[in-house]
Amino acid sequence: MLAATVRVTRDLDLAEECAQDAFAQALTAWRSQDVPARPGAWLTTVARRRALDLLRRDTLWRRALPLLVEDDVSRSAEDIVIDDIEIPDDRLRLICTCCHPTLSREAQVALTLRLVCGLTTAEVARAFLVSEPTMAARITRAKKKIEAARIPYRVPAADELPARVDAVLDVVHLLFTTGHTAPAGADLVRRDLVERAVDLARMLRLLLPDSADVAGLLALVLLTDARRATRVDDSGRLLLLEEQDRSQWDRREIVEGVALVREALRRRPPGRFALQAAIAAVHAEAATYADTDWREIAALYDVLVQTWPSPVVALNRAVAIGLAEGPAAGLAALDALAAEPQLAGYAYLAASRADFLRRLGRIDEATTAYEEALLLTDNTVEREFLERRLRQLRV
Amino acid sequence: MAEYLVLIYGDEKAVDAAGQELWDELMQRHGAFGEKHGASIRGGNALQPTGTATSLRFEGDKANVTDGPFAETKEALGGYYLIEAKDLDEAISIAKDIPAPHGGLEVRPVMVFD
Repeated sequence: MLAATVRVTRDLDLAEECAQDAFAQALTAWRSQDVPARPGAWLTTVARRRALDLLRRDTLWRRALPLLVEDDVSRSAEDIVIDDIEIPDDRLRLICTCCHPTLSREAQVALTLRLVCGLTTAEVARAFLVSEPTMAARITRAKKKIEAARIPYRVPAADELPARVDAVLDVVHLLFTTGHTAPAGADLVRRDLVERAVDLARMLRLLLPDSADVAGLLALVLLTDARRATRVDDSGRLLLLEEQDRSQWDRREIVEGVALVREALRRRPPGRFALQAAIAAVHAEAATYADTDWREIAALYDVLVQTWPSPVVALNRAVAIGLAEGPAAGLAALDALAAEPQLAGYAYLAASRADFLRRLGRIDEATTAYEEALLLTDNTVEREFLERRLRQLRV
Repeated sequence: MAEYLVLIYGDEKAVDAAGQELWDELMQRHGAFGEKHGASIRGGNALQPTGTATSLRFEGDKANVTDGPFAETKEALGGYYLIEAKDLDEAISIAKDIPAPHGGLEVRPVMVFD
């Protein structure tokens, strides 16, 4: 909805205000009337109408430099048709603009998460393992750059598109992971973010059917999302892969995802999304948890960590090694990461150590590690899981 | 429409070492640039080499005058164009036609004061 409003106002901040205003109006209106049949479209109409009102009322806006320059300048304010349907193209334009190469990769991802998906600055900060003020400053700088350098609001031409897509894929992936395991709040999964990520991934697939990287990302997203129905039980308790009822995994998403993985792996060397998707496919194709081929997963992580030497990938690899070769090997691999500054505030490092220590019967150390993980975890569902593990240790 | 300054940077030693042939090519390419993008060009100059530069640094009101460019970099500032473009992408596509051997370009939007 923000994207559609941006087209009218050509000013990101104004558009955000109008969108928020529309929500406020919606809440008042919907209390007294029935909720409209297509609330998304209603909100877009209200937001755009308000933006048009503002444009007509305050002539300073018309005189000011258009902060986002549009291609179809032939449309005047009065001529803009308020569409019933949400135009996917608008989201693609906004995400392409947010991922312009003149912005640093960090800024691209942060801006897209903030503007395209509406994450709060705090949530974006957590996804990046940085502090909130750092992230707020990063986002402000990026918006100012779009304004000052006049980055145009459009989908790039065909020759520029692949490079732009690379950045967009990073963003969509981060969006998906943030939605799949929410950094904070009462729900494990933020359905709205996950659905937008899947939509965006599908859109990119239509636009670039020959791109192995796009296929890889869509595969990864589908194969991971296939598990969504089984990740928490009826009382909202976290379920591990071990405990999930695989008959409830979405078979259609798995079939589609596995086919896409084969296509994505044809690129040499394989891209990081293809490799992650391949790992997800190994899980998806195991009939039970006990059938999981951990050695193949560890081997895929060996390749992945070379393509993508990130501490989080190294952490996942260490866990896979532990599950393939035993908890002592896993713990050794994890301890090699103890000095990584980026993992210092990362709950999953402590939680993984705790788990391997638990399996080795080192109860006191496991207790300390679970407590450390709890200090670093904000998501309610994940906290409850860690607390449960702690209680089990004390029995 | 907005104005952008395109700064041309290059390794002076490497350009000198390439000799007359490169120089002639540069002249030809700058000429071609001027013809192709004449409508967008608001100004531009080649600068004399960094050996001719003078720097001023201030201690309070006192100006200390020294020999050489302000920042000693491998790729030195060699020239500029002031261009007009509707957005950054257009500015970049114009700038791509500017020759910048052994170096590169910076595209910077000009500040507008209301």
